[in-house]
Amino acid sequence: MLDTFLQSLENTAIATAIREGANLFPWIECVHVLALTIVIGSIAIVDLRLIGLCSRDRGVSQTMAATLPVTWCAFAVAAVTGALLFSSNATTYAHNFYFEAKLLLIAAAGLNMGAYHLFVGRGAGDWLTASLTPLRARVVGAVSLCLWITIAACGRWIGFTIDAPT
Amino acid sequence: MQSLDSFCTWLAATPLSQSIQSVEWVIPAVQTVHILAVAAVMSSALMLDLRLLGLGSRDQTVLSVAQRFLPFIWWPLPLLLASGVTLIIAEPARALENPVFYLKMGLLLAAVGITLACQIPLARNAEFWGLSAGRRWAARVVASVSLPLWAAIIFAGRWIAYIQRA
Repeated sequence: MLDTFLQSLENTAIATAIREGANLFPWIECVHVLALTIVIGSIAIVDLRLIGLCSRDRGVSQTMAATLPVTWCAFAVAAVTGALLFSSNATTYAHNFYFEAKLLLIAAAGLNMGAYHLFVGRGAGDWLTASLTPLRARVVGAVSLCLWITIAACGRWIGFTIDAPT
Repeated sequence: MQSLDSFCTWLAATPLSQSIQSVEWVIPAVQTVHILAVAAVMSSALMLDLRLLGLGSRDQTVLSVAQRFLPFIWWPLPLLLASGVTLIIAEPARALENPVFYLKMGLLLAAVGITLACQIPLARNAEFWGLSAGRRWAARVVASVSLPLWAAIIFAGRWIAYIQRA
């Protein structure tokens, strides 16, 4: 069932063009890498603020307001380019351990962010000038940072465990 | 080039290069460190350039945004150099006989130059980029040159994997 879907995804005109064209895959990969450096870097700015290592003269909410629009735009680009790269060899990627791990870890990062917004971030306005955030906020920041570092590593390992230029 | 070719062959045969090549996880791990350091530089340059363009962080002065993010443009550079050199030692011809590698280094010099062109006048005069309408336009020009340069460095980095030796 899933394999039938993956197979039909690979057979779409766009997936075929990416797979068989000489330059389409690397150009899309370039945009994916550019987008993911901005996703991870801009998230790290917030995480380091939550942990209390950087931007301690600025509030957590102010730091987030400056970076989150950047994060979301870049995430949209990374998701679209990632989906295009995936479609070109859907079956192979879907059965790759590091690809599966990467998707799960991105979901975990999403839940961690949800936990911040629902429970941890309440009263974040009070941290405006506090040099240290509460422990629960520092934990969220550290978990997020570790998750995104692992996500980047998984992404790199996908290239080394399937047949692709690395 | 004969001598470059023999240098690459010699380097690839050294015990150091051989030991990096013989451990499967070293190259993907070093590439992961490299891309994470790139993420720090790219996102910091983006935050600063968005401020120079007048598109982001407008509640802060250019000086305060620069002081926040410039360290994260400069300090990852030694880490990028170390990880990049490690990758070159592991696979010398992949970079040293690749025209895209030299393009990347040229773009890097230009990006360093434009970053200094933003930083040095700011260090002398905190108001430098906001003194007049002309200066504000100059700041926009600096940012519009800087951003495509950093993006092109990332693109060139990825293309090294696809372009074979000249």
